[in-house]
Amino acid sequence: MEIEKRDPLLAKQVTARDMLRGDLDGADLERYVEERVVTTTFEKMLNLARANSIFPLTFGLACCAIEAPISIVTARYDLARFGAEALRASPRQADLIILSGRVSIKMAPVVRRLYDQMLEPKWAISMGACSSSGGMFANYAVVQGADKFMPIDMHIPGCPPRPEAVMYGFSKLQRKIMGNPDQGWRARYNAAGTEEWARGGPRSEPSAEAAAAYEEARELTLA
Amino acid sequence: MPDAPGLELIRQEIERDLPGSVGGTSYEHGCAAMIVDPEQILAVLGWLKETPGQNYGFLSSLHVADYLPAEPRFGVHYELLNFDRRERLRVKAMLADPGEDALPEIDSVTALFPTADAQERESYDFFGIVFRGHPNLTRILLPDDYVGWPQRRDFPVGGEPVTFTYNEHNRG
Repeated sequence: MEIEKRDPLLAKQVTARDMLRGDLDGADLERYVEERVVTTTFEKMLNLARANSIFPLTFGLACCAIEAPISIVTARYDLARFGAEALRASPRQADLIILSGRVSIKMAPVVRRLYDQMLEPKWAISMGACSSSGGMFANYAVVQGADKFMPIDMHIPGCPPRPEAVMYGFSKLQRKIMGNPDQGWRARYNAAGTEEWARGGPRSEPSAEAAAAYEEARELTLA
Repeated sequence: MPDAPGLELIRQEIERDLPGSVGGTSYEHGCAAMIVDPEQILAVLGWLKETPGQNYGFLSSLHVADYLPAEPRFGVHYELLNFDRRERLRVKAMLADPGEDALPEIDSVTALFPTADAQERESYDFFGIVFRGHPNLTRILLPDDYVGWPQRRDFPVGGEPVTFTYNEHNRG
């Protein structure tokens, strides 16, 4: 075979095909193919692409802006590893807004307008105590929680949150985008077994483990 | 900083030219302050700025304080500075609260000190002091449609009560 004279990459492909041809057949060939091919739905593939190519808006409100858009995109924390390194300076091109700091009542219409200008699908992270609840600024000038004037997908606690916390929240948002509704809150709130289907919903019967966990949680709650 | 006798000398000289303009002086913590008649604030500040030997030509700050239980209630403070002698002099004008919807008024000093423009707007924004003759007396920091004068002491602090575990029984 004349493979040495060819392009090295093409040569590798040819050798892999030559290795596969004839070496495997029957059940071995089936398993070989199953291990290497993933079939999925179009929506899941789309969500996978969306979650791993987020364009955050270049946007800072207060001291949390030092932690979120500045610190986590630079070399030490490097949000580019999760596909979000392209900060957009225009809301028309962005699909994630990170509210990094307290929102004053004069700034709230501006933030809402920025959010409205972003194209669907879009997500919003409320970062830190101030934008989530007003924080220490319980006064006449600061909005007591940004979800009063716009939908928020993810709240990151902290004052300010560590960059690791921001990255954890970001990965949670990626899981949310990829259609996994489990945000881990059942484990945190000791709420195992309280799923709708565990109570014998119309669509499916609960498994034996889920029914037992539901009964246990119910007894713990009533005790 | 004029010392206490120096402050009294300034007061005597002002009283000679503008009778009845100074209501009192105070010298506390090394800080000389003069309480003047609000109706003559423009004349007093102009005198302090223009008179040879005084030359308090720089208004380093203009701010308002609300001494709510006291009467008169509002104090407009003018912090003057003489660059040559590096002396500071505080001039206070006390304003009474005129009642429900009316706002206390005082003359604007923007003609004397252009830097007072933004500071008088801020004082109007937070305390509702009307400066007569100001070129553009509108809100500067709060939204234009804000209702109320939030730095007054009888204005509610705002915010929302939050129930923490340590005080949930107190809050009910």
